[in-house]
Amino acid sequence: MHLLVCGGTGCRAAESSLILESLKRELEEKGLGNEVQVIMTGCFGFCEKGPVVKVMPDNTFYVQVKPEDAAVIVAEHVIKGRPVQRLLYVDPKSKEHVPDSKHMGFYRKQIRIALRNCGFINPENIDEYIAREGYAALGKCISELTPADVIDSIKKSGLRGRGGAGFPTGLKWEIASKNKADQKYVVCNADEGDPGAFMDRSVLEGDPHSILEAMAICGYAIGASKGLIYIRAEYPLAIQRLKIALGQAREYGLLGKNIFGSDFSFDIELRYGAGAFVCGEETALIHSMEGMRGEPTNKPPFPAESGFLGKPSNVNNVETFASVPVIISKGWEWFSSIGTEKSKGTKVFALAGKINNVGLIEVPMGTTLREIIFEIGGGIKNGKKFKAVQTGGPSGGCLTEKHLDTPIDFDNLVAAGSMMGSGGMIVMDEDDCMVSIAKFFLEFTVEESCGKCAPCRIGNKRLHELLTHITKGNGTMADLDRLKNMCNVIKDTSLCGLGQTSPNPVLSTLNNFMDEYVAHVTEKRCPAGSCRELMKYSIIVDKCVGCTACARGCPVNAISGERKGPHFIDQEKCIKCGACFEKCKFGAVLIN
Amino acid sequence: MEKLKSLADLKRIREEAKVKLELRVRGDNPEGLVQVKVAMATCGIASGAKPIMDFFVDELDKRGIGAVVTQTGCMGYCYAEPTVEVQLPGQEPVVFGYVDRKKADEIIEKYIKNGELVEGIIPVNYEKID
Repeated sequence: MHLLVCGGTGCRAAESSLILESLKRELEEKGLGNEVQVIMTGCFGFCEKGPVVKVMPDNTFYVQVKPEDAAVIVAEHVIKGRPVQRLLYVDPKSKEHVPDSKHMGFYRKQIRIALRNCGFINPENIDEYIAREGYAALGKCISELTPADVIDSIKKSGLRGRGGAGFPTGLKWEIASKNKADQKYVVCNADEGDPGAFMDRSVLEGDPHSILEAMAICGYAIGASKGLIYIRAEYPLAIQRLKIALGQAREYGLLGKNIFGSDFSFDIELRYGAGAFVCGEETALIHSMEGMRGEPTNKPPFPAESGFLGKPSNVNNVETFASVPVIISKGWEWFSSIGTEKSKGTKVFALAGKINNVGLIEVPMGTTLREIIFEIGGGIKNGKKFKAVQTGGPSGGCLTEKHLDTPIDFDNLVAAGSMMGSGGMIVMDEDDCMVSIAKFFLEFTVEESCGKCAPCRIGNKRLHELLTHITKGNGTMADLDRLKNMCNVIKDTSLCGLGQTSPNPVLSTLNNFMDEYVAHVTEKRCPAGSCRELMKYSIIVDKCVGCTACARGCPVNAISGERKGPHFIDQEKCIKCGACFEKCKFGAVLIN
Repeated sequence: MEKLKSLADLKRIREEAKVKLELRVRGDNPEGLVQVKVAMATCGIASGAKPIMDFFVDELDKRGIGAVVTQTGCMGYCYAEPTVEVQLPGQEPVVFGYVDRKKADEIIEKYIKNGELVEGIIPVNYEKID
């Protein structure tokens, strides 16, 4: 028998190590020290009800355990085999005690559809993919379904593009299928560019065959015989695994001529990108594949009419494709039963920033930010206070505490002033300055703007300059108005999605954190204490003993004072490097 | 490799592959084989998963334990890389996080040899679809 004690940060803060000690002591006293093992584990992801203790092998799940409960767990459960009722999890709906973790709704919070094989199979072995029903969906399409049936299934499943905008996938396929041409193309967009998002890379590295299979299914549906995967050269491992997968699929005849003895032929090539954010936009991506500059062009014509080499092309994101084979094999009814009314299925999120469990998660659409951040994500690092979460990367916006209970789907995120994007989630705590965060994302868009249209090229640069101005304490209230006006102009007049969404981080922080902007402008103060130029170092005369450590440590000789007498900082000379603060052993240096 | 010309071919390969995977778990000998999966996506490799995989391959061999060590993709626990999943014959798989050489040695000696769990387990918190 094993007793597992949660050692996640949240539970540890709630004395889980004491629980571990008391359980061990109780067991020793009862002479069970050798038979029953007590183990500290990683986070159960149930921090709200922590500390958590799980008894194996019966899967009994105890919540909010206190060190003094150790005795009763040992006496009742371990010795007499009776679960301790009062420590069991109570289902919030039925108000009943839940005997074991397998029946807890909590474990339904993550469902792995796109990530179904990641971490389960060896990505370099096609047989393992086939053993998990791989290529069966392609077989089903070719042998049992007409292309129209396939499109119908994808349409009815409610699958929407996972790359960001959420365009209905089935509809996209239908448009491409209706356009007549001697050659059509299926394109996989693997140009994952959002800072902090890495789900596409993980799917390609962990389950490359699912993408190949889905692309072949798409080829069958729209009448294309060629597929292209546009992947950034910065993903060498994903490229290597894709190459291995392509080789194996061709050897088995799952790609190539006359697949499964039918007259359907399909093959896939790789195209490398140099890692430009704008190439995630489908027209720019296509131009880059054609060997031209990665710049967007006006839509229409949409790629479904005139795409790669002027032929009808269907572009989908990696995660979108990853969901396709399961929809075919398990049925659209199953897929559309998961999620919200207008956003079906699951979404993969890459959790990053000030969160304990950095990593990849996959949750049904409609899960709340609170569940993602505080339950699955294990809460904020070092017990700090949650401040905001940026979804959708540089095109998205900051969501705050008031959005924590909003069910996440494509439409709700847009309504809240952000967007789904590719699913990056960067979590910020009380130490993050929101003006600086907006500046950080703008820095990214300024670098990544292709320069074709003026609003994006010049406007974003000006936005960035204004934000820099404000973080240095030189902003005025009029600047805040200009900021807002400029954001709206850039949004309305930019050519492609990059420029149309780039002001979102500024607009959403202006909306949600106006007080921080105002503090920077009127009080010349950074409430989070992160803008260096706005910090002021001074010495508290009463605490200063005159040891001269600070003066000797100051690189610009800004500190003066007699030995054993109080010291002073010359604000004109001070460069705010913080050396004096670190040197002072008496806590006499004050930062504000 | 032969070409698959029909759905029946695919089904046959699937059944064969399933048997192979099953064998890995249960084995044709009563003790069965231990299955070790090392998460080898970019996050894992960056945190040192490669030497850990080599360590498992070499040490399990040296210590005479019948085991299959394979690589796999990202399990999603990027904060706790390198992560390793160990499945003892006939048991549920267990995932260990922050596996360095010392931890790997402990996993072999305690968990694989004697079935004693060691600290650093990452509890399963998701649902599979099959």
